[in-house]
Amino acid sequence: MAGRPLPTSPARATARDRTPVRDGAPAPAGASGPATKKSLDRGPASPAGPSTRGGAATGRFRRRVRENLVAYLFLAAGVICFALFSWYPIVRGILLGFQQVTFAQPAEWVGLDNFRRLFDDPLFLTAWKNTGWFTLLALVFGFAAPFATAVVLNELRRGKAYLRMTVYLPVMLPSVVTMLLWRWFYDPGPGLFNNVLDVFHLPPQQWLESENLAMVSLVLVSTWANMGTTTLIYLAALGGIPGELYEAAELDGASIRRRLWHVTIPQMRFILMITLLLQVIGTMQVFVEPFVLTGGGPDDATVTVLLLLYRYAFVYNDFGLASAMSTLLFVVLGAFAGVYLRLTRSKG
Amino acid sequence: MAAETPTRTLIAPTEMNRRVGRFLHRFVLTATLIGFTLAFVFPLYWMASGALKSSSELAAPTPTLVPESFHPESYTDAWTHVGLGHFFLNTFVLALGAWLTQLLIDVSAAYALSKLRPVLGNVILGMMLATLMLPVSALLVPTYLTVVDVPILHVNLINTPFAVWLPAAANAFNIFLLKRFFDQIPAELLDSARIDGAGTIRVLVSVVLPLSRPVLAVVSIFAVVGVWKDFLWPMLVLPDEAKQPITVALNRLAEFMPANQLLAGMVMASIPLLVLFLIFQRHIIAGLTAGSLKG
Repeated sequence: MAGRPLPTSPARATARDRTPVRDGAPAPAGASGPATKKSLDRGPASPAGPSTRGGAATGRFRRRVRENLVAYLFLAAGVICFALFSWYPIVRGILLGFQQVTFAQPAEWVGLDNFRRLFDDPLFLTAWKNTGWFTLLALVFGFAAPFATAVVLNELRRGKAYLRMTVYLPVMLPSVVTMLLWRWFYDPGPGLFNNVLDVFHLPPQQWLESENLAMVSLVLVSTWANMGTTTLIYLAALGGIPGELYEAAELDGASIRRRLWHVTIPQMRFILMITLLLQVIGTMQVFVEPFVLTGGGPDDATVTVLLLLYRYAFVYNDFGLASAMSTLLFVVLGAFAGVYLRLTRSKG
Repeated sequence: MAAETPTRTLIAPTEMNRRVGRFLHRFVLTATLIGFTLAFVFPLYWMASGALKSSSELAAPTPTLVPESFHPESYTDAWTHVGLGHFFLNTFVLALGAWLTQLLIDVSAAYALSKLRPVLGNVILGMMLATLMLPVSALLVPTYLTVVDVPILHVNLINTPFAVWLPAAANAFNIFLLKRFFDQIPAELLDSARIDGAGTIRVLVSVVLPLSRPVLAVVSIFAVVGVWKDFLWPMLVLPDEAKQPITVALNRLAEFMPANQLLAGMVMASIPLLVLFLIFQRHIIAGLTAGSLKG
């Protein structure tokens, strides 16, 4: 059993390595090198050349071939990059989940072993629960806050440019800087937040050290850091709502709240749906927040799927286990996206 | 500016001009102005001014709004003694290289797909766009293993800047954005340039690119910002501490550095992006909305 994969799998691996790339780029790039040089040199003269010599059809054909070679020469670098760092890793990622990978030996097929080991890890379920909890909290804060902000900003007559700029400032900070900054704010000793609470005579909190509060603290940072993007997208969408709709609703005697409910929200439906989907997909992959702020603690309360995946791969060097985890994450997110899109489409 | 635009929004102008409406508007305006400044600008001030405080002042249980004594030397200390200047330059090189490779590779790919239209071009574009559907983290491990041992070439890109530059160039969003913009450039313009004797590259450089400045700006900014902000990927592919960008170095050194120097380092890591944002605000917002509404 152990003997057989050893000789065959490297051969198989290299064959697999080559196929996606060879289909796309190097073949035309290699073959076209001299041909395209010619075509570039002869470029302006070509329309007259072949048509006098042979049939017009073969001339046209030759020109098509030459044009295609030039086009693929321009495409080559892009296709190679995609093949190496996107398409090939997609295929390989799925395969890795069923393999045992170490740097010392060639990869070995282990079937569903990685998945079995995943389910045996007590942290596995914790990570999914924590991630689900984070996503849910992030939706409560991160979905409502930008929408409310955008609606309010859209009504203001002054200071819009300034407000639009400030809300986007945190997005421009490197995420590590944001996390280190907030870790300082959350500090139970000289931290800013507990000092502010103290001003209002509220008890200090163990922001990152308490099991109940740690995840909420992470969601707060995450919302602060990311809401700028969504707010600006909503603002742009709000600006596109035709004013006549509001006028008509007003003539019908609709109050501001009803106008918001019956005009603004339906008009924003598409963009709200898309951002909701993207936000769930994004927050399910939360990593930097727990990695920098809590390291997964206290008592594994902030171990997320991606943090666990990171540990599997880069702390324990168990790439097969990590890939099984990312396959699962991919399946879950894909299923969610599929169900969500179907549900929202059938309603509309 | 916004005060003059007559576009009708949720609240009617008449409601706004009533006494209650005007009062409410002023109230909400003041509240948001103060709230936003406190929430989004104050932390930046707190970071920059914290770096100016002395270590004892920083550790004091009650923080001070204005530093009692100014210590700008924590910035220079962080730059030279801790070596953050070195990491800052590393980030700069990574961002510059990523910018150039993305422009070179993505522009030529988009030009080919939009104007040269090869056979199967649409299939390739479709395969590129399909990668946008995939959660980034699903590719973390296999891409890392690919970088460790690149197929066919069998080179190890770990600890080389190519490990950051090349995967960043495989950016379907950039190619899509560029292609859509190139599509709008009329074919007659390119044809007349061809008749004047311009080759394929000449047409790209002297006709297409000058017309595409806005979209090039958007792609450039996102390329630089993306690499400058990144943390996980450079941490994985640049384990050699001397080659790490400032974000990775800051996180690694955070435990050992004096607080005021750490804050100074955080300010330094943020300043280029903040400056970039202040200059190119309009482009960034345009790119943001263009991308999201179409994607």
